[in-house]
Amino acid sequence: MDFAFTEEQQEIFAAVREFCDDVLKPRAQEVDEAGEYPWDNVRQLGKLDLMGIPAPEEYGGMGLGFLEWAVIGELLSGACTTTGAIYGAHMLAEYPIMHFGTDEQKQKFLAPLATGEKIGAFGLTEPDAGSDAGNVQTRAERDGDEYILNGSKLFISNGGDAELYVIIANADPSRGMRGLTAFIVEKGTPGFDFGKDEQKMAFKSLSNRELIFTDCRVPAANILHKEKGGFRVTMQTLAVGRIGMAVGAVGLAQAAYDAAVAYAQTRVQFDQPISGFQAIQFKLADMATDIECSRLLTYQAAWRKDEGLDFEKQAAMAKVFASEACSRVCNEAVQIHGGYGYTKEYAVERYFREAKLFEIVEGTSEIQRLVIANRLLKEAKLR
Amino acid sequence: MNFIVCIKQVPDTTEVRIDPETNTLVREGVPSIINPFDENAIEAALQLKEKHGGKVMVITMGPPQAEKALREAVAMGADEAILISDRAFAGSDTLATSYTLAQAIRRIGDYDLILCGKQAFDGDTAQVGPGLAEQLGIPQVTYAIEAEIEDKGLRVKRLLEDRFEVVETRLPALITCVKQMNEPRHAGLKGVMKARKAEIPTWTAEDIQADTARCGLDGSPTNVVRIFTPERGREGERLEGECSEVVHTLIQRLREAKVL
Repeated sequence: MDFAFTEEQQEIFAAVREFCDDVLKPRAQEVDEAGEYPWDNVRQLGKLDLMGIPAPEEYGGMGLGFLEWAVIGELLSGACTTTGAIYGAHMLAEYPIMHFGTDEQKQKFLAPLATGEKIGAFGLTEPDAGSDAGNVQTRAERDGDEYILNGSKLFISNGGDAELYVIIANADPSRGMRGLTAFIVEKGTPGFDFGKDEQKMAFKSLSNRELIFTDCRVPAANILHKEKGGFRVTMQTLAVGRIGMAVGAVGLAQAAYDAAVAYAQTRVQFDQPISGFQAIQFKLADMATDIECSRLLTYQAAWRKDEGLDFEKQAAMAKVFASEACSRVCNEAVQIHGGYGYTKEYAVERYFREAKLFEIVEGTSEIQRLVIANRLLKEAKLR
Repeated sequence: MNFIVCIKQVPDTTEVRIDPETNTLVREGVPSIINPFDENAIEAALQLKEKHGGKVMVITMGPPQAEKALREAVAMGADEAILISDRAFAGSDTLATSYTLAQAIRRIGDYDLILCGKQAFDGDTAQVGPGLAEQLGIPQVTYAIEAEIEDKGLRVKRLLEDRFEVVETRLPALITCVKQMNEPRHAGLKGVMKARKAEIPTWTAEDIQADTARCGLDGSPTNVVRIFTPERGREGERLEGECSEVVHTLIQRLREAKVL
């Protein structure tokens, strides 16, 4: 067992960290307040080859692993949570195309995603299909070489701004989740429109739009995996997405912790920095321990993915633990800042609001626990 | 078009420490970076290459560890890099440095434009660029804020203290670049990987046929007697009391100091 990064990994992360410190961090607050998709940041991610970390080199990617993708995501999220979330949501389109796409599909759709020329999004969630992913109502009806999509998707991250979408629709409602089919849909396809952008508690500049399909014709050649093979595409994509969410939570928690430590060491009360008080020290110790646990779980899940091992349980564990730990850490970061932490003057106020997202998206904490328990009980039966 | 960028590895600190015994820079424990103005020169070369085609070669004279700076330049997008390193070069002043760089560039041979930062972050002399142009007998344009290649000639906008100046010259030429010229790009991951694998040759005094009497300490007429950080002698004064009185006193003090 080796917990050390290789020299190559260290150099890669150092380059990303430099970009985070020089570019992302200084404008993070501004990005959040703007309420506009941060195109400049997103384009730079592409320029710096960060949008295709695990994609093969022949399709313009870096040919690295999901572990590298995870560590980089953590750094991005720590510097600018919104940019980190965009990076994570992008992979939800890139990964299924990379994993299930034919060579032709990869040439056409993976390459522009891996180079960051196009941004991706994944459309599963609907008004009545969130945690209950099998209840997708969007219909796909075959018509010759095409499928006609009808229905709508909700809360789609990167929605409206992304150029390429992986959409889950049902091609055979009589078979329930076994009828699910994954389609690659390009922005601009007639019948594919965007509805309202959700007004959220935080992440004001991350688009979460409604996708509306009205007799939208998609070529059968755009089906990923196979017709009625969408359930598998969905489950695999969600598992990678869980690592992505865990990564975002670790990055955010680290940022909140860093802010809390810095504040505790400079804020003087009763003639000493408050970091001198055990009440604060215990908080910091718990926060750092929470972050370390989250990080190790997350890296382990990504490592298992890279090693070709089953990683769904670990991804769910990482996601539920890291997101709940992130909320605890951000809560304490505000507490350590006292009254100032409740004001917009300090970033921890934003971190506190942002943290809640991670406990909800890509499967709520409750769903993660179900996934973990299902696995555990199956494993127990096999024993 | 062949572009040569001369860079220097410097300590990453604005508070450069000096060894009081030897009067040289204390490098231990201080991370090294590419001299920031040299990053502007690299960026300018990369932009010119993107526009006109060609090759960007980066060179530095320095100890073996200066290779790291060259790899950083390759990561940014430079095509080739050469380390000019020899014990004989140790202790070079700006004259010996410009001579040594000129010898290396003579060996490279074919070039159209040499780019340098306006000065080094540590030494602050701003002499090596101009010295190098003199050694090579080519035109030099210092403090470039814009540089355009037109019809095989060069048009440069210079940033002077109170004005801009636009000059034209023939190629080959040398320019020194200011900070305001551009925003140096960050290295992408493909660049980082390329830099890891890049072969960076080391050229010694012999390789560049340098006359060692003109290199290093022997070739440096400059004798540094002492380097020190000036102490801040003057103390500020805080005026306290009623606002109207304080303003009155302040105006009086400023008059005494002949500021008003």
